[in-house]
Amino acid sequence: MMLEVSDLHAFYGKSHILQGVNLTVGEGEIVSLLGRNGVGRSTTCKAIMGLVDPIGTVRYRDRNIAGLSANLVARMGIGYVPEDRQIFPTLTVRQNLMLGLKRAGRFGRWNFDDVFRLFPNLAERQNTPAGVLSGGEQQMLTICRTLMGDPDLILIDEPTEGLAPRLVEQVGQLLEEIARRGVSIFLIEQKLTIALQISHRLYVMGHGRIVFHGTPADISGRADIRREWLEV
Amino acid sequence: MEVLLVSLLNGLVYGMLLFMLASGLTLIFSMMGVLNFAHGSIYMLGAYFAYESTRWIGFWSALLIAPLLCGAIGAAIEIWGLRRVHHNGHIAELLFTFGLVFIIGRSVQMAWGMLPMPYRVPASLDFPLFTLYGLQFPAYRGFMLLISAGMLGGIWLLLKRTRVGMIIQAALTHPGMTAALGHNVPLVFTIVFAGGCFLAGLAGVIGGNYQSTEPGIADAMGPIVFVVVVFGGLGSLAGCFIASIIMGMVVTFSVVIDASIADLLRPIGIVPRSDDLLGEILTVPVARIGALLPLLMMVLILFFRPRGLLGTRDT
Repeated sequence: MMLEVSDLHAFYGKSHILQGVNLTVGEGEIVSLLGRNGVGRSTTCKAIMGLVDPIGTVRYRDRNIAGLSANLVARMGIGYVPEDRQIFPTLTVRQNLMLGLKRAGRFGRWNFDDVFRLFPNLAERQNTPAGVLSGGEQQMLTICRTLMGDPDLILIDEPTEGLAPRLVEQVGQLLEEIARRGVSIFLIEQKLTIALQISHRLYVMGHGRIVFHGTPADISGRADIRREWLEV
Repeated sequence: MEVLLVSLLNGLVYGMLLFMLASGLTLIFSMMGVLNFAHGSIYMLGAYFAYESTRWIGFWSALLIAPLLCGAIGAAIEIWGLRRVHHNGHIAELLFTFGLVFIIGRSVQMAWGMLPMPYRVPASLDFPLFTLYGLQFPAYRGFMLLISAGMLGGIWLLLKRTRVGMIIQAALTHPGMTAALGHNVPLVFTIVFAGGCFLAGLAGVIGGNYQSTEPGIADAMGPIVFVVVVFGGLGSLAGCFIASIIMGMVVTFSVVIDASIADLLRPIGIVPRSDDLLGEILTVPVARIGALLPLLMMVLILFFRPRGLLGTRDT
């Protein structure tokens, strides 16, 4: 397995957010983590990334990376797209993308042309400060910024949150393009729309634990799981 | 008229000196969340180091040696001090830098004593640059302007035109995300902290013989630089620059203004009685409360615009 998380715990102060999470992502796989707000999906991402102190094991390509600092985790080939986007507002669109590169001028699977072909909007505005972009443009920018670092596995936290249906579709197409280039995807979602279409496997999370694991077909047949853990 | 022009120039010199200190402090504060109480102490160290290297080698090499020493001390403080107490939160970091103020202050007193050092303007710069309405403007003040303007241009280029500068700007807004893109944010912190101390040291070199090199200068500069940082707003070098110049002007002009609030009120027919407390406050000349004005301005800005002039966030 490319990524293997076992018995992962994490705390915010005294509250026990992750209570023994187990999950895996294989090479070239698209895996989704579903669940309602506040059940610990984002914390799972941050703990893998080293942005929250993890207790437990996170194996990436047969090396335990739990407890490594975020920049080292990133340099091992894991990319992270946060749910709150965190674009650098004072830098231009192009500079934001440049900072995605781990070393200046060293491109991997992705370069500026790819990004600007996929999103002509970003090409037009490449010299404007990223802070003035619309929410949808910022979302595309934040995913592309992480792609510039050429990750082999990308963790994407709720990319469709607050986007119009047309943009949600665009995000879906981008995810498929990412997968086509051989990048594994670990996707966090609340809605089932995209996750059911593109995922190979799904995990459902509730109260800091994984409560269901299966294929999109499996979950389609389980109305009880959807009702108890997903539907709002 | 001549008072106005000369004060304007002096205010500019003082304001730029403030900016050399405040720019480092505001970068450290906005990036790491650490209000470095010891920043004024590093300024003082810069002055003493400059005095010593001027004595042994000469002023021009002091211009490089003293800031480098201060930068090295800053790096050591960050790596072996701040980074360790960081896990215990901001209060611990504040107390740590607060402790440094006393340690550095006492060390300086032990090494050099309480009396001012004879650190003087170098002979090659000790002449009047020009004469204005019969008042001489010393060449050394022009030199101070030159150094501080050069520094302003230098950090602008560094921040806007280099990759390190971009990473620093990125880490100012989202340090976690910057690390998650593979950038070594702790190293960036060390660079910024050491760089801030380098600038404070440089300010000490040119400020030490402009003011005086004695143990009191850390306490004299520390609070006003803090005021500049709050006034300019967190995370904004432009705000910090404007605030520095404003404070430089306020401090310089308040010394020469002999008027009081009562003088302002008199033309509109209000004459305060001189025998009660209010009347006494209103008739105090500005020159006597000059030192209070910056603090008063800080209080006002905290009331009406807590994020400062150009601040990007509230805390």
